[in-house]
Parts: sequence; C-alpha cells; structure tokens
Amino acid sequence: MSWVTKTLSSSLGRKLLMGVTGLSLIAFLLVHCGINACIFFNDGGETFNKAAEFMGTNWLIRTAEIGLFLGLIVHIVDGLLLWKSNNEKRPVKYAVNGAANSTWYSRSMGLLGTLLLIFLVIHLRHFWVVSRFTDEITSGKETLFGEMKEVFENPVPVVIYVLGCISLAYHLLHGFQSSFQSLGWNHPKYTPFIKSVGTGFAIIIPLIFAAMPIAMYLGIIK
Amino acid sequence: MEGNMNLTLKVWRQKNSNSEGRFETYDVKGISEDMSFLEMFDVLNERLITEGTEPVAFDHDCREGICGMCSMYINGQPHGPNRGVTTCQLHMRSFKNGDTITVEPWRAKAFPVIKDLAVNRSSFDRIISAGGFVSVNTGNAQDANALPIAKPDADEAFMAAACIGCGACVAACKNASAMLFTSAKISQLALLPQGQAERSIRAEKMVAQMDEEGFGACTNTGACEAECPKGISLENIARMNREYFSAVLTSK
Amino acid sequence: MSTKLDAKIPDGVLAEKWTKYRSTVPLVNPANKRSLEIIVIGTGLAGASAAASLAELGYKVKVFCFQDSPRRAHSIAAQGGINAAKNYQNDGDSIYRLFYDTIKGGDYRAREANVHRLSEVSGSIIDQCVAQGVPFAREYGGLLSNRSFGGTQVQRTFYAAGQTGQQLLLGAYSALQRQVGMGTVELCTRHEMMEVVMVDGKARGIIARDLISGKLERHFGHAVLICSGGYGNVFYLSTNAMGSNVTAAWKAHKKGAFFGNPCYTQIHPTCIPVSGDHQSKLTLMSESLRNDGRIWVPKKKDDNRKANEIPEDERDYYLERRYPAFGNLVPRDIASRAAKERCDAGYGVGTSKMAVYLDYAAAIIRYGKGEANKRSIHSPSDEEIQIMGKEVVKEKYGNLFDMYKQITGEDPYEVPMRIYPAVHYTMGGLWVDYNLMTTIPGLYSLGEANFSDHGANRLGASALMQGLADGYFVIPYTIGSYLANEIRTKAISTDAPEFVAAEKNVQETIDKLMSIKGTKSVDHFHKKLGKIMWDKCGMARNEKGLKEAIVEIQALRKEFWSDVRVTGDADEFNPELEKAGRVADFLELGELMCVDALNRNESCGGHFREEYQTEEGEAKRDDENYAYVAAWEYKGDSQFELHKEELVYENIKIAQRSYK
Repeated sequence: MSWVTKTLSSSLGRKLLMGVTGLSLIAFLLVHCGINACIFFNDGGETFNKAAEFMGTNWLIRTAEIGLFLGLIVHIVDGLLLWKSNNEKRPVKYAVNGAANSTWYSRSMGLLGTLLLIFLVIHLRHFWVVSRFTDEITSGKETLFGEMKEVFENPVPVVIYVLGCISLAYHLLHGFQSSFQSLGWNHPKYTPFIKSVGTGFAIIIPLIFAAMPIAMYLGIIK
Repeated sequence: MEGNMNLTLKVWRQKNSNSEGRFETYDVKGISEDMSFLEMFDVLNERLITEGTEPVAFDHDCREGICGMCSMYINGQPHGPNRGVTTCQLHMRSFKNGDTITVEPWRAKAFPVIKDLAVNRSSFDRIISAGGFVSVNTGNAQDANALPIAKPDADEAFMAAACIGCGACVAACKNASAMLFTSAKISQLALLPQGQAERSIRAEKMVAQMDEEGFGACTNTGACEAECPKGISLENIARMNREYFSAVLTSK
Repeated sequence: MSTKLDAKIPDGVLAEKWTKYRSTVPLVNPANKRSLEIIVIGTGLAGASAAASLAELGYKVKVFCFQDSPRRAHSIAAQGGINAAKNYQNDGDSIYRLFYDTIKGGDYRAREANVHRLSEVSGSIIDQCVAQGVPFAREYGGLLSNRSFGGTQVQRTFYAAGQTGQQLLLGAYSALQRQVGMGTVELCTRHEMMEVVMVDGKARGIIARDLISGKLERHFGHAVLICSGGYGNVFYLSTNAMGSNVTAAWKAHKKGAFFGNPCYTQIHPTCIPVSGDHQSKLTLMSESLRNDGRIWVPKKKDDNRKANEIPEDERDYYLERRYPAFGNLVPRDIASRAAKERCDAGYGVGTSKMAVYLDYAAAIIRYGKGEANKRSIHSPSDEEIQIMGKEVVKEKYGNLFDMYKQITGEDPYEVPMRIYPAVHYTMGGLWVDYNLMTTIPGLYSLGEANFSDHGANRLGASALMQGLADGYFVIPYTIGSYLANEIRTKAISTDAPEFVAAEKNVQETIDKLMSIKGTKSVDHFHKKLGKIMWDKCGMARNEKGLKEAIVEIQALRKEFWSDVRVTGDADEFNPELEKAGRVADFLELGELMCVDALNRNESCGGHFREEYQTEEGEAKRDDENYAYVAAWEYKGDSQFELHKEELVYENIKIAQRSYK
C-alpha cells in the first residue's frame, strides 16, 4: 500500500476525505444557490436562464463539474462505508441510548446523508438530466426556468424539496463546522466564528432553496 | 437499612466473553443518598452473596475519581447523569426514590466484556505502547530547568495529560472511537519541547494502532468531550488530525 | 542483636557512601543481562519505574499487576507533590537539609545512609520526569514552580496541580509501555501474585493467578521485586484504593522475608468523614486546607444544632486552645489525635458524631476585606465581603471544595466542612538492606512496600520521591551486586519440583476458600478486622487494647476460615475470591501489627502509645531502648520472632521533636 492509500484509508484519512469533499460541496451549494436565487428577480426567468446557460456551456465550469461529481461520489461512498464500519465497532448495542451528550443530527449524519442522496436522485432527474442529457434546452424547446415551473406546479415535489432542504439544513448544521474539525482547524480564537458562520450557512442556504419551490407553487414567481 | 431510597436496577449480567449476556432486574432497598453509586452496588452484592447467588462483577479501585478503573454505562450515559465525575464519585442523591436505573458495561468491539460490567481495556495500553512516550532512558535527562516551557503550553499539556484512560469517550461515542484518548496523549507530547523528536512518528504509529484495535472513526459529535470526567477538550482531536496529516505528508 | 540482619551499609563518610558504592558495585555485561530475568510485582511509581529502567538496561522483565492496566496503580491518587533538593528557589535547600528534614520528620527511626541516598538522587528524579514529558507546574518565565509543604522550611515540592501522583505515574507508565512495545517487558495485567517460589534458599519465581481465567501460572525469575505498595487497607477504611493489599509482601514474609516496623501507620487529619456503614473508602482532602480553615467542635456535648446556628462563644476551637503557638497548623499526628480525643469525649459533629468542623467563614471574611482594600472599595457591605471572599477561596481551594460537595452534598462555602482523620500510608513494610534486598536472597522490595526511608512518620511529598528513587536510581545499580553472581544460573524450568509444590500450595488455599461455603461475606470479616485495628491499633494504642486486639484477631481469623462465603468458581473472573485471599492475609498481618505495637514501649511518629506521652500529651520516645528497626520473622501461625537492627546516628544529633 502506498502512503497515500494508507493514509486515506486510515480513520483519520477517511475523515479528511469527508471534510475536504464536504467543504467543496459547501462551496458548490453557495454557487448553486446564488444562481438559482436569480429567479427571485421575477423577470420570467431571464437572468436565471442566462446564468444557467453560462454554467452549462462554460468549459471551465464543466470541468469543475467533473471534479464536483467525483467529490460527491467520494463523499457518498466514503460516508456510507464509514457509516457501515463505525456501526460495526459496537457489535452489541446499548439498551438505553443516551441522547444527552450530543445533538441528534450530529449522530445522524449517515441517515441525513442518505435522505439527501434520495433527494438528490430525484432532483437530478428533474433538472440535471434534462439540461445535460437531452436537447430540450439546447434546442430551445424549453428553458430551465420553464422546467422548474412545470415541476413545482405539483405539490408533491414541492413537499419533497422542502423536506430535502430540511435534511440539508441539519446535515450542514453539523457538517460545516465538523469538516473544519476533521481538517484539524480548531482554535479557540477562530472556532466560535466558524461555528457561527456554519450555523448561519446551514439555516440561510436551505431556506433560500426551500423558498424557490414554495414561491413557484404559490405563483409568487411567474 | 441506612436510607430510604428504593430503586429498581436493570443490570447487564454476562458470565464471560464467550457467553451471551442479558439484563437482570433487582430491587434494592434502604439506599442512603450519601452512598456513592458503587457503594449502592456493594449493598446489592452483599445481598446477593447472602442469598447465595453471584454478585455483580464490576471494575473499581481508587474510588476517588482518578484511577480510571470504574466504568458503568448508567441510564444511557457513561459514568451516569452528572458531568465531570466518574461513577465512583457519582452519589445516590443524583437519583430519586423509585427510579429505575439501567446499568450496562462499556460497549465496544475494542473493549470486550470480561464479565458482567467489567471490560477489557488493554487496547488503550497498546496504543500508548505504540508511541505515547518520550524515548528517554533513565539517567539521560538534562537538568529539569535547562529547557524553559511557556506556562500556557505547560498548562495546556497538563490539561491533556489529565486523561485517566477510563474509556468513557469510547463508551459515549456512537462510533466507539478512541480519538479523544489517543489525541490527549499526542497533544500532551506535541505541546512540550521534550516530545518534538518523535512528534511525527508518534502520531503515525498511535493512529495506526488505534485503527488496528478496532475503534471507530470520529464523526465530531462531541459526545466524548461531554462525557469525559476530566474535561478533555475536542481541540485535542483537531490537533491530532493536524499532527497526523503533517506527519504523513512530511515523513520519509 | 540478631546476626541475621546485615543492612550492608557501605563504609565511609555519609555523603560519599552512595557515590563510592556506585563506582564499585559489580556490573553485569550487556550480553549477560539479556539472559537474566527479573519479575516485578506492582506497577506503581516504584514498580513501573524499576521495570522500565531495568528493561532499558537490557534485562528480561516480567511485570504483574492486579488492575486492568499498569496506569491504575494507587500512586495515581497522590495529590500534593514530590520533594527534591534542587534549591531552585535559592532558599537554602541542600541534599543535607532534605536528608535532615526526613530523618527528623521520621522521628529518628530511619536509617541515615538510605535517607541520604534518597536525598542525593531526588534531583535526578525531577530531571527524568521532565524529560519524559511530565507537565509540572511552571512559572511565567517557563521554569519549574515549587511550593512549600509540611515539616520543612524551604520550598522544594514540585507539583502538577493536585494530581502530581497521576502525572508522575503516567510518566513511569509511558516509559514502561515503551519497553512493552519493544518486547523487553512482558506485561501481565489482571494477575495476582500468590506465592514466592524458593529454590535453594533464593527467590526464583512466583506463582500468579490470571484473574480472568482463574488459572495458576508459574513464572521464573533470577530475581523478584515486590513493589506492591502499602497495607493501609488492613483498617478496611483508608485512603488506599479498594484493591490495595498486602498479599505479595505477606507471602514473601511467610517465605522468610522479615517484616519491618509493621506498627508505623500514618493517619491523615483532613479526610472526609465516614457517612454510614456503607462507606467503602475514605477520601483525603489536601492538608493545605488547614492553612486557612479553623477547626472546632461545639462546647456542649451532643449538640445537635446546625453548625451555623451555634454562636461563636459556644464553639471550642480546640487546636487553638491547646496549641496556641501552632494553632490549626500543628503536625498531622497531633491534629489527628486531638480530633479523636474530642469525638471520643462526645463532642463530635455530624450524624455519625465522628467528625469535627473545618470552618472557612472567618477566612472568607478576612479575604473579602482584603480584596475590598485591593479594589479600593471603602466600607463594603457584608454581602460584598462574602462574595469577594468566596472568590478568593475558590481560586485557592476550588477543586477541593468541589470534591467535598460532590461527596457530601453540602456546600462548604456556606457550611463548615466536616473532617476526620483517616489511615493514609504505612511506613512499615518488608525489611530491606541498603541494596533494597529483603532477607530472602534475590527478593527485593521497593517503594511503600518496604520499610526503608521514612522512619516512624513520613513527610508530605516524600512518598513519590521514594518510590521513584527506588525504581529509577537505586535498584538498577544495587541489583547488579546480586545478579553479577547469577550469570551462570540458567533459567530454571517451571516444571521443577519447587514450582510444582508452590503451585499446589496455592491451589490448596484457593480450594479451601472455595470449599468453606460459610454464611458471611468477605467484606463482613474485613470490616470487623478494620474496626478492631482502628479501635485498638489506630491513632492511639495501649497495652490492654493491643492484647485484646490480638485475641480478637485470632478469633476472627478462625471464624473466617470456617464461615466465609466465597461465591462463584475458582476458574473464572471472581472478585470475591480475590478479596478473600487478600483479607486472609490482612487477618494475619493485623496481628503482627499489634504485636509490634505492643513491643514498642514508646511513642514515636505514627505510633502513639498512650502510656508513653509527656505531660502535654506529646509523643515520648525512648531512644535508649527503642532506637532500632523491629524486623519480624515469621515462625508459623501467630508466631513471630523479633530481630533488631540498631539505628546508628553518626551525622545527626537525636532530639525531642517540639512544636511549641
């Protein structure tokens, strides 16, 4: 085993992978949220469609997208493997499980992550597949904004999206500051700041995301 | 009868590491609130002996909160409901008359049960053997004051060194991770000039041993820090992460 | 005087004995060390440091402890600190002063040469510990901090908060674990030593019981080191750990090792009192609390009022009354005896009536006023004074106050603490010569398990010093003088008849214990023994009581061997069986302690015979007749033969200790 694989397969290395990929996903969320928030210009999707087109055609973005997907896959696969192996470290479970010593969501990252994965599959099916693998948008038959309006006419996806955003919020609430800890960035001066930013991020970003399907369903955005 | 508390205990009984365990329910009566949790077990055991049955085996020694031997998982928390105390320093006034208390052993793959509530924690010793020391043979030392150490560093090293190796961190962690324990020793020695020579190799070896023993990975829930009877900080785990990554990146 | 006792003290001037000894002691070459095996019993400061140091030298070492890890040994609980004659404070300390203080503190009943050697190596201990990464307290300049301690006029105590023992033990433990990792030490945790194996008059191994499987094991060694600590648990209630026991030392005693000064017991005055029959152990509160607290009892007998309801003029500050010069700061033994006297006379407080008050109310007001001055608050209110005073007290003693509150449920900032003396340390132990070898060739004893350095009373912060001195700096040299002659001795097979016989002997004892199937638990007997010892061989002893105690212990021992109930099986993890074996040994040791106390017709240090006191109630030594170490030889059940090692003082003038 080379030192790289040896390091990355150690308990600390695997946490490093989770932290690094987690942070890159956090960066992605910021961009994703920023672009999608263009719908709030309420200009019939003009700004949003332009931004989406840029993201879909710029070669730099498309390259980064490959990296993002690799990171996402690593985050998912490593997360699930960690979940499994951590679970095996206590073959006989406790009869009474204390909840007093930590937050439920910090103990439930695997569960929250799985919910997010299910949501992600639905989400990708709704938009990404359409925009990248069909000619609906490139041929000009349909815009991504139009696609959104179509999906969020139905209350079922709206509810699914809101639930997805709640899962995301809790996943981030722990994940944001946790990734810094995993990378070894804990310092009495900066950690309180990181934690506040993390909490803010975990609330604001999912809130904005959740506002989109709701606003569309309610017809606030036309 | 010394007191007027009556309690119901659900205690894990397991004959040895090869057998299956189960809970037994015992009613204990006349418990005084001045008793420690272990003294309450003494009362139960005395009764069991009188009845001709086997008393509950549990680990304990100093009974003043420093040896780290006592280890009970009480109502879902290692060392019971109070913060900053070991089981031997937990007193019955923290409970109410009529309470039902469930007592389990530390549960972790790396801490196999020996009998009832006693577990084998020698994995901790092996982690220390892997690198939790400064290699200085007796007689090699220079004068103690030859090397000044800034007070904040010395104090921080002491805070990490206060770990009693009880294993509550492992017991509390949902992943049965030993990172708080391991990081406390790595931190102590990384903070002191005496530990510098072996700083990299120590981090690499101790982490490798920790993994080999079958402890889980850390998911930063902070349960270990909350349950640690000696208040060992999560900052130590972050420091261990730094130490380890810089070690693997720079070692030859 | 017995011809059997040769302390083997090197000739020459006191200050040069050790240096000369080290330069002339026979050596073992490295190749031979590899084939010499050493067994170490116990992993406290003495055992862990000895095992690590000997393994570093190249010997093959096997270490045994009954706990689940070497780090649990009770050295871990020492609070205060460790003495060393470093003179870092420039306050006039020197090797001679530490030597002198220790001899005087021991009430002139310790061996000069040993104590001087202890003082000589004390500095190296600190160097070694710092090099290991022990985080001692430091000043802002980065240099080591010192504090003062009882019985001395210099600041020579090094400390790590209130956890010095823990930090020192973890240092020795890490050195030990390093050797374990290198394969030079074989570690046997959860093992109890059950017997010394003698071959041709020499200690050649042990029989140990694996406490998990219950199996008996035979282990060979060219030498055996007993580092198993003190025997304070003979009193049942003590500040010792629950598992602390005399078994290893006692088995050695029964095989021929003399037991030195068994009656010397140190009773510590400031412990949290017994709260009921359920009490399993006593907790020490650092002696430093007496610096600011005032000790008192009600003037009225059986006064059931709460402490705060008793007006000032109805309180008896008995230490200040009896010892106006020293007041609450009288030495440990005096403070202990005075508390006992008041409680026995019916003035004790608390539910058990076996406690006195340690009151911080006056100190809180004093500190509060001082703080008000510092902050330039003129005419502060009483409330302000209380708040500021409590802040100061918290800063100085916060952790102790918290511990008190945890155990008793009472807030010592609001109500006076209740304290009572408790058994803390035993100065007596296996008799050893200058080499730390017992009267059995090849059998050594280190640390609290031996009798050597503290005389009749140990000074604070000296136990840690002695344990580490023995392990790090004495035994690595002195063992050479024996092993140099053993290089031709091949490892003896554990199938040898001596091993077989020893194991059979142990098995029979275990079978006997398991077969009694009586009606009473082991703890029942232990508690009864403890009460006899505490009442009649405790803080104050007298001839009548000691004679009664001997008879009572013999009767109790008989009852034990016919009515004890040990549950479970011998071939499994069985804490009851472990306890039974230990209590069986305490039941024999207790008698010897009484025999020794009865023999010593004087009062000295921790041994106070009521018949021998000055008019003021001080201990009265008899240097003419009792300036000797009483070394007892086991001659069979209840039969002990006294051997005397005369103590010769060539460098110190013997004087009456005075505190007035």
